[in-house]
Amino acid sequence: MSGINRRQFISVMLSAGGALIVGMRAAGAAFKPTVPIDMLGEPLTSLGAFVRIERNNRIVIGARGCEIGQGVMTSLPMLIAEELDADWARVRVEQLPYGYEIGPDGPTNRYGAQGAGGSTSIPDGWKDLRQVGAVARWLLLEAAAQHWQLPQDRLKTESSHVLHPDGTRMPYAELVERAAAILPPAEAVALKTPEQYRVIGKPARTVDALAIVTGKAAFGIDSYMGGALTAVMLRCPYLDGSVDSIDDSDTRKIAGVRDVFALPGPVLGSSLDTNLAAGVVVLADNTWAALKGRAALKVSWKQGPWAEESSAKLEAQATEALKGAGIAVRVEGDLDKARKAAKRTLEAKYQVPFLAHATMEPPHALIKIEPDRALFIGALQSPSGASRVIADLTGLAREKIEIRMTRAGGGFGRRLKNDYVAEAVMIAKKAGAPVKLMWSRDDDLRHDFYRPFGVHQLTATLDKKNQLTGFGHLCAATPVNYRNAGMKDEAAGIGCLEPDDFPAGLLPNLDKRFFALESGMPRGWWRAPLHTFHAFAVQSFIDEIAVETKQDAVALRLALLGEARELDYKGHGGPKFDTGRLAAVLTRCAEAIDWKRKRSDGRGVGIACHFTFGGYAAHAFEVSVDGRDLRIHRAICVIDVGRVVNPLGVDAMMMGGTIDGISTALNLAITVKEGQVVQGSFGDYAVGRMAQMPHEVEVIQIASEKEPAGAGEMGIPSVAPALANAIYAATTVRVRRLPILPELNRLL
Amino acid sequence: MPQPNAKTDQEAAAPAAVATKPGAIELTINGELFLHTGAPDMPLLWYLRDVLRLTGSKYGCGVGQCGACTVHVEGKAQRSCLLPVSALAGQSITTIEGIGAADDLHAVQQAWMEEDVPQCGYCQAGQIMAAVDLLKRKAQPSDADIAQLTNICRCGTYPRIRKAVRRAAQLLATSTNPAGAKS
Ligand code: FES
Ligand code: FES
Repeated sequence: MSGINRRQFISVMLSAGGALIVGMRAAGAAFKPTVPIDMLGEPLTSLGAFVRIERNNRIVIGARGCEIGQGVMTSLPMLIAEELDADWARVRVEQLPYGYEIGPDGPTNRYGAQGAGGSTSIPDGWKDLRQVGAVARWLLLEAAAQHWQLPQDRLKTESSHVLHPDGTRMPYAELVERAAAILPPAEAVALKTPEQYRVIGKPARTVDALAIVTGKAAFGIDSYMGGALTAVMLRCPYLDGSVDSIDDSDTRKIAGVRDVFALPGPVLGSSLDTNLAAGVVVLADNTWAALKGRAALKVSWKQGPWAEESSAKLEAQATEALKGAGIAVRVEGDLDKARKAAKRTLEAKYQVPFLAHATMEPPHALIKIEPDRALFIGALQSPSGASRVIADLTGLAREKIEIRMTRAGGGFGRRLKNDYVAEAVMIAKKAGAPVKLMWSRDDDLRHDFYRPFGVHQLTATLDKKNQLTGFGHLCAATPVNYRNAGMKDEAAGIGCLEPDDFPAGLLPNLDKRFFALESGMPRGWWRAPLHTFHAFAVQSFIDEIAVETKQDAVALRLALLGEARELDYKGHGGPKFDTGRLAAVLTRCAEAIDWKRKRSDGRGVGIACHFTFGGYAAHAFEVSVDGRDLRIHRAICVIDVGRVVNPLGVDAMMMGGTIDGISTALNLAITVKEGQVVQGSFGDYAVGRMAQMPHEVEVIQIASEKEPAGAGEMGIPSVAPALANAIYAATTVRVRRLPILPELNRLL
Repeated sequence: MPQPNAKTDQEAAAPAAVATKPGAIELTINGELFLHTGAPDMPLLWYLRDVLRLTGSKYGCGVGQCGACTVHVEGKAQRSCLLPVSALAGQSITTIEGIGAADDLHAVQQAWMEEDVPQCGYCQAGQIMAAVDLLKRKAQPSDADIAQLTNICRCGTYPRIRKAVRRAAQLLATSTNPAGAKS
């Protein structure tokens, strides 16, 4: 990269506020290469931090995001290519590293936002990356204008060429050196209007699919480094337990094992920005020797403060907690009065388990620490977090830490935590050598930051016309802010109960309260975090109300949503929630599944809708239950994420979100017993396979001119309630506890 | 018997080293002969990855449950995380790297690209190896045949895998290019 960096003699960047930052490096005019550019390596030239143009007019665009399967390596460069008027078919995309640097005004990131979380990559890129492309195009136009001695506005661009009014086409490659010497414009360049789009809104396949299907794509665990030792760790199975004694005599006899040592866990009760669990490290020449060495360890553990914890006790704790007053999250009107005045009051309790992320590629890290610098290679979702963790533990300045994000074998929120990065740093420091840390599947399932466990108690009050007059939502859960730094500043119920979610603001009496449960289980963000269980509780309950009051479940939702309008929404995905957009996806979904048609032959249809992070989704399923066999005959997902950048990518996210939703809702739970996580493999944490899945997910995208939302998470929350509602329609058995299949079998 | 042109572990990792050793295990990988001189119980997956740096085959569970490590042994799909190298002496192994090349893709790889199957992509080498095996056994697989693919995809690409398997079957049936017949 250094050859390329030397030629990044201008830098075109937008600040977070949208202002154009120019000239962070010496301006082009002052640039005097000591070596002719052609001799600096491959014949290519760069135009700002994101764009290079090769001599053959192939355009190379840098992808700044963390690719975890959500498609940002394709969709973010599309934004640049659009405004650059690049020929997308000939664009090559390269992954950019983490861009932390010290600018004239202090620390900055030369590439802007790089993390992957909260479905924010596209909304963020929409704000700055289009301008990156537009400025690069402006520079090329200006270069052509100088060359032809014509004003810029007489020239056009198309497919990586500038067009002279007489029809002459000049490839960008012939202009790029001159363009790179021109000062970028002082003000933001005007962007295209949608009818001018040639890339945005057109289906684009995964840019590095060829590397993936030929086994050449480099994931994190595919990275190796000369002199690096492989580390695996036997972690304490007890939550917050510690090492009592180690007998490593058999381990040390294994060929290839280099060292064995204990690694302490985090300080009890402290905010957690280090490793997650105490344990014993085995360092070896390769993974197999390390795994064998670990299997030969004899370690006894101290059980720590949670040795009594179990899922059963957590359930009892929730029942007890719900008798209290809780913390008001949003309270309006007076639900007690509404209850007294009601013709009818309905209540139901829903329960959701802990969940592991189970990324297909388990956590791992490759790190080399030197006295004055460090290099990290691996899969991340928060490179800034990783950079901070490495700086904290090594004392190195952050600009001395090079972070290369690889394509990640899944993320789902797991890699928002950098415990495994911290672990690798601690091990490498102790080893005095570069270290490649590998986690096995059971490590991954037993030492995760789990989606919170929770019990949701819902109440509905109805008047004599069966109109909803009040809604209560009590949530007793293990808060998601598990040992976060600064968690005291976070709102109660964060990550567990969203104040403004449906049906808040749509009826006069509302009572939403949160009850924090005590638990030693680490918690974190899991794809569409609270929305997955929020939607399950609320959208199942709405279905129950419809059944109990003999109303149509779609009509009841539409009546609640009322006329199309924007309501305030303070949580992530706000500031507004548009009732009309949710009603529209629901209506479209009902049509697609032929909602009104009565089913015979034991089939049932269920529907649900939800607003997640700026996106509106509805799901409908048609199912049948034959003995213990649940079959999903049809699966429909209707989605409105505003303007769609890559329709093929959004389709993939909705299909994948739906399948993830089904797999999780049907099968998955993490449980605790005697202070230890019970599940440790795909045998007892049975991620769904082909045979269980619908053959097809019919994805319908609503055309929209609204600002684009992301798409990584919206496709999952409405799945579980739509499935449970469909099962009720087919069997009249109501599943109120996830996962569905064991509960259905219990109830049938 | 070790062959004179075979590569030992050390040579594979650092070419230009070391003579052959007695007790070495001989195996053919993607048409090339190798001699494994390390731990005989090392599973093929780690031999491929850590020794030969053929990293297309992935670790997902290490206990035969997920299929991310699927390769072909003597033309049949096997989960390489469970196969000790010692059990493979003299056998011929094909990995994702040997099934087709960037400019000469296997029909299954071609179909995978056309259907844009990969999301994170991590499971896909294993999925492709399993699908190639399926199509060898069933040229026109039924829905039920495809449902026998038990490889896990955490990203939920199953519907597109289905489509891609069907497309590959078609490509293979109509192909005049023998690429699809490889492996
Ligand atoms: S890694 Fe071999 S089956 Fe999972
Ligand atoms: S594509 Fe991610 S696990 Fe299959």
